[in-house]
Amino acid sequence: MIEIAVRHRLGAFAIEADIRASGRILAISGPSGAGKTTLLNMISGLLRPAEGRIAVDGVVFLDTATGLDMPTRLRSIGYVFQEPRLFPHMSVAGNLRYGARFARKDSRLVGFDEVVALLGVTHLLARPPARLSGGEKQRVAIGRALLSSPRALLLDEPLTAIDSARRRDILGLIEQLRDAFAIPMIFVSHQAGEVERLANDIAVLNQGRLLEMRAGSSAGLPGGAAM
Amino acid sequence: MFAGVGLDEALAFTPAEWTAVLLSLRVASVGALASLPFGVAVAWLLARRRFPGKSVLNAAVHLPLVLPPVVTGWLLLIGFGRQGVFGRFFEQAFGLVFAFRWTGAALAAAVMGFPLMVRAIRLSIEAVDGKLEEAAGTLGAPAWYVFATITLPLAAPGILAGLILGFAKSIGEFGATITFVANIPGQTQTLATSIYSSTQDPAGEPTTWRLTGVAIVIAVAALLASEALAARISRRESGE
Repeated sequence: MIEIAVRHRLGAFAIEADIRASGRILAISGPSGAGKTTLLNMISGLLRPAEGRIAVDGVVFLDTATGLDMPTRLRSIGYVFQEPRLFPHMSVAGNLRYGARFARKDSRLVGFDEVVALLGVTHLLARPPARLSGGEKQRVAIGRALLSSPRALLLDEPLTAIDSARRRDILGLIEQLRDAFAIPMIFVSHQAGEVERLANDIAVLNQGRLLEMRAGSSAGLPGGAAM
Repeated sequence: MFAGVGLDEALAFTPAEWTAVLLSLRVASVGALASLPFGVAVAWLLARRRFPGKSVLNAAVHLPLVLPPVVTGWLLLIGFGRQGVFGRFFEQAFGLVFAFRWTGAALAAAVMGFPLMVRAIRLSIEAVDGKLEEAAGTLGAPAWYVFATITLPLAAPGILAGLILGFAKSIGEFGATITFVANIPGQTQTLATSIYSSTQDPAGEPTTWRLTGVAIVIAVAALLASEALAARISRRESGE
């Protein structure tokens, strides 16, 4: 269960949305400037909305009515940013292991070897990020987020920085993640069609407002709607 | 060779000259190293934090750059002399005396080199992408860990450049040093103050030449090193 009910103003841009999704994968789509990334920043705690309540699987991250505002690092959100944001002075292995130190011990989601194999980055472990292709960087960023044992995975336009040949790889990977791990995912994309296949629920946003909530094609599939 | 001084003579350092050179190196390295943690802390505050009084702190840090050095030296004498508030505190708490000792010269060196050091470090911290620090935070890292593993290593070349600039500035420090700790051979007579003494002495010209040579070599080496570090920073940025 994912609940995001927020109200916020950023200069001339105002966002007011109330999204409730019961499936495991929520897609947020809409044109650029609709407020999609703003919502992810609020879920991760990088941006504090003026008013609202955010909860994932019963864990309340923010509730301005009671003054609760969990710090970013305690939210345990695996945030895969639009640009990979890999640490340039660390190897791929160093990047992957970064968050594992802080993972909640009782909830270790996946092992290092498992993630490395799933992402197909075994041969890249010793490389610095500067020597990776766009798709490789994206996969490492996803692996780094997964290894922090997150309560939820946020993916911001995971396909835009990647050429079309590699897109299917990443889409397939997200599908595998969905089937392999019981982890809620929130997936942002400006193209609704791209996420249609994966999502249980789709929230369509425009100019900071929720236009509609609809079911994705995975709505009835196992792995979805099981919450 | 130089103004009637031959090469042999140009390199014939007397023990007193060696003492001054070594003392200068010691004063400048201790001053720069001891002020480095403060320099990093202040630079980080100025680069990454918003707080009331930030512009006051910024001005205070830059003050030694624009004040007449003799004023800075006199203020150090008032504050850190044996009767000064801080001077008495350091003497009682740590047995550390600054007045007319080489430690005082190191303190003067640290204060005078501080603006240059902070400036270089601040620029290098500002150049670290805040988005990487954010990403580290989302991975569960507490602020101190983000600073130690992301900010500090990425700013390291700039921090080293700041250290070198602070050191180089300290080597040539004159006004504050001579006002605060005087010009005592073997104790507080540094490269700069002993050049001053030798220029006052009609027979001191060879000494002046030799020490001037040393000063130029150190300054050029420091500038080259800090340029090389700056080039490394921009290479790394374009590589990412």
